[in-house]
Amino acid sequence: MTDMIQPALKLENLGVQYSVRGKPRQVLQAISLEIAKGESYGLVGESGCGKSTAAYAVLRYLPRNGSVSHGRILIGGQDLLSFGGRQLRELRRKSVAMVYQDPGRALNPSIRIGRQVEEVFELAGLPRSEWTRKAEEILTRVRISDPQRVMGRYPHQLSGGMQQRVAIAMALASEPALLVLDEPTTGLDATVEADVLDLILQLRREFATSILFISHNLAVIAKMCDRVGVLYAGRLVEQGPTASIFRDPRHPYTVGLLRCLPQRGRSKTVAPLTTIPGFLPAARSHMTGCVFASRCPIAGEKCRTVEPPATDLGGRFTKCHYPERATDLPVGELKMTAPAVRAANAKPILQLLAVSKTYGAGSHAFKALSEITVELQEGETLGLVGESGSGKTTLARGVLGLVRPDPGSTIMFDGKPVAAALAQRSQTEVKSIQIVFQNPDSALNRSHSVRRMIGRTIDRLAALTGRARENRIREITASVQLADRYLGARPGQLSGGLKQRVAIARAFAGDPQVVVCDEPTSSLDVSVQATILNLLVELQNSRQVSYIFISHDLGVVRYISDRIAVLYLGRLMELGPAEEVFMGPHHPYTEALLSSVPAIDGHHPDRLKLTGEIPSAAKPPGGCVFHTRCPRKLGAICEQQAPPATALNSRHMVRCHIAPDMLPREGKNYPEKPLSR
Amino acid sequence: MSENSEAAANLESEPTRMGVLRHDLKRIAGSYSFAIGALIVIFWVCCALFGRFVIPYDPFADDMLNSLSPPSAGHWFGTDQLGRDVFSRVIAGARDILTVAPLATLISTVLGTALGLVMGYFGGVIDEILSRIVDAVLALPTVIVALLALTALGTSIVTVLFVIGFTFAPIIARTVRASVLAERGLDYVAAAELRRENLFYIMFVEILPNVIPPILVETTVRLGYAIFTVATLSFIGFGIQPPSPDWALSISSNYGLIGGGFWWTVLFDSLAIASLVIGVNLVADGIQSALDD
Repeated sequence: MTDMIQPALKLENLGVQYSVRGKPRQVLQAISLEIAKGESYGLVGESGCGKSTAAYAVLRYLPRNGSVSHGRILIGGQDLLSFGGRQLRELRRKSVAMVYQDPGRALNPSIRIGRQVEEVFELAGLPRSEWTRKAEEILTRVRISDPQRVMGRYPHQLSGGMQQRVAIAMALASEPALLVLDEPTTGLDATVEADVLDLILQLRREFATSILFISHNLAVIAKMCDRVGVLYAGRLVEQGPTASIFRDPRHPYTVGLLRCLPQRGRSKTVAPLTTIPGFLPAARSHMTGCVFASRCPIAGEKCRTVEPPATDLGGRFTKCHYPERATDLPVGELKMTAPAVRAANAKPILQLLAVSKTYGAGSHAFKALSEITVELQEGETLGLVGESGSGKTTLARGVLGLVRPDPGSTIMFDGKPVAAALAQRSQTEVKSIQIVFQNPDSALNRSHSVRRMIGRTIDRLAALTGRARENRIREITASVQLADRYLGARPGQLSGGLKQRVAIARAFAGDPQVVVCDEPTSSLDVSVQATILNLLVELQNSRQVSYIFISHDLGVVRYISDRIAVLYLGRLMELGPAEEVFMGPHHPYTEALLSSVPAIDGHHPDRLKLTGEIPSAAKPPGGCVFHTRCPRKLGAICEQQAPPATALNSRHMVRCHIAPDMLPREGKNYPEKPLSR
Repeated sequence: MSENSEAAANLESEPTRMGVLRHDLKRIAGSYSFAIGALIVIFWVCCALFGRFVIPYDPFADDMLNSLSPPSAGHWFGTDQLGRDVFSRVIAGARDILTVAPLATLISTVLGTALGLVMGYFGGVIDEILSRIVDAVLALPTVIVALLALTALGTSIVTVLFVIGFTFAPIIARTVRASVLAERGLDYVAAAELRRENLFYIMFVEILPNVIPPILVETTVRLGYAIFTVATLSFIGFGIQPPSPDWALSISSNYGLIGGGFWWTVLFDSLAIASLVIGVNLVADGIQSALDD
């Protein structure tokens, strides 16, 4: 076998179909791509585009109802489709490995880590005496500092980031020629994600492995991959070197995807986000013209009749008839209600005074929130950011009355204190504070119709009847841009974006004044995310509602928030106007969060790394809770004294021992080492 | 992303044509067993409803001259000690058991569902206390409880209904509780609380519709057991009473004759009970696998 010339993976005109209730559905159509030895190739696209199917096809791991309908899969020059069971097992054992999205599900919960890793070597046919040593070795290589301790644990005793390291170690143990990574960091916190991505980059050099990296996150692909393929409706619509594709996209879909993302320096007050109108076409085996034509703003007659061939643009191709016009897309010309100018002395609608929440009692006490004091003005958006476990959701649920804060905490609505428990709150208070949940599948009752869910909320909170009630339903669905024909539908019949619109409509049905948005777009694709964010801004402008906006996506938070609160281990580390928090001077924790976000332009200044794992809130570190991971720790003072809230100006507070003029700023690393105070 | 996890969830087999074929066959086989089960059950339900209008003989009519005659063209399944036509009695015998067993199951489903909803929704101390009671009731053998109750209260079908309903309810309650616990954590329940719905509404209008599928499966399985239990009680004389042509009752009064070679007086009634129980279980399996798909 001439291994030197053969690409690690070659897909030739690959098509995959699923049989759904006896009918074939083409999921991948004529995919051709090559991954050279040692190359990292990214496949990017929105949900339903077929990226995971591609990954499973490469390992011949398709679900039972899936089959390769045409084309070839060549790994190291060998045709995978001709393999029998034995050869296939051999291949999976030695040459190809996969890392899945959710490491918690990829590891066996009832077997210790050590045994699971050893199993890989057992299968590789190594002598028994070697297993443990080899397992330790590979765990050390994925930068697990104490492999023996980790090997004695069960998966659930490890954090998500640690689990994913173990999964990567198991994948790399056989030194595969090709590593398939399917959204390996999607469920992880931004800081952990950055860590895992760095690790993959380093290991890639060490092992000289080819990588097929699948992600919906363009910025992650930009960071990780040499070349990228953009997948739309099962077709590869554009492919080329990552930097040139993202800098100068030549397919309208790629252009749209890139523009959907909230960009630096563009907040909601500047312009709405660009969206991709329309929906992914239903998978059909036969389609004339360009698959993207129905959603493409520059599509002409030719696009609807002739399927565009791959136009070679020198080392890259695009399947568009008009590659030179792709970037002429009209930029977000959406009409939006002008934001009502908020009076400088707008009154606070919601005030939290020293809100704490302790779960458990005695030695098992777990302080999820510690003395949070923050206020929300009328018509304002307060962004809440922090890693998981920082108390964002507990705070939001406390505001709603779903979680009862500790005695001594005060929540004031409209100048009056409200009861901690929902049941004791007045009708006005309940209907004025509502929520849009993270996951519409969980938030909407799957047995109830849209009309029923919205109607019932109106009955309970607005007490309208007859014609007035019906009008209100129509009005509210119109305001979330949900067509009337969906009123009879159940959630199962709606797409993710539509479901989230229903959830928003329900939250607004009682005419609330404060709406908590708990990661409302994290389960959505970027193009849908853009429309939902635009909708939220639009509703805010027209109704003067205030938002508490929780998100782990800092780009989204920056776009939508007026002010930002940064939480760590249930403590407020920083609070200030959005731009100031992002530009700095800011808290070292904020700095670390910001620097862990991969940039779409592929420009990655040296990342400020957080070391160690998030400490348990049951045993928070003394002094400043962040000192165990702080890259800018001053010294003993951080371990001994809780830092005071330092006001940088009347609206910006940072809780840190570092002198205000020494605090980090964006794009600027430390001028000099700060002096210990 | 959900697409990913779904795909990840069924990764077992090869995507070859063989695999696809096997998968399809399996599905058909799955639906076959459901169809067979449903046919058997429907057949017996029809017998229960209309059997008495089509059977060749009066199931109660003695004919001492023709007692214990073996199966023949005149008497397909033979005759019993009193010369009654066994075929007619088997067909007519479906009625009582198919009245008592489903009613008892219905009682246990209603009780169990309500109990399970309360346990799952409230959780905490209420769940703890009710769970212990449920465990205690589960430890009691149904037939012995039934014997006790029937001896204390006197033999009556109503007592049979309630004893079975009462002893089966905890099993259904446990199934419902587990499903309600999962539903309870979903955000639509929080959303209902945020529009000040009362407990009754949340339990019965919001949560109940989403836990119907597991209740349906459990109820069907319980129906199979209820048929068995009613038959057992009738056999030992505490269930359905003579002169009903009930299957278990006939077995009970004729099993002594097997030794004399009069197998037909027992065999067909036994087959009737067995087929009905198997049919019900096939239906339960079918529903289960349809829900799993």
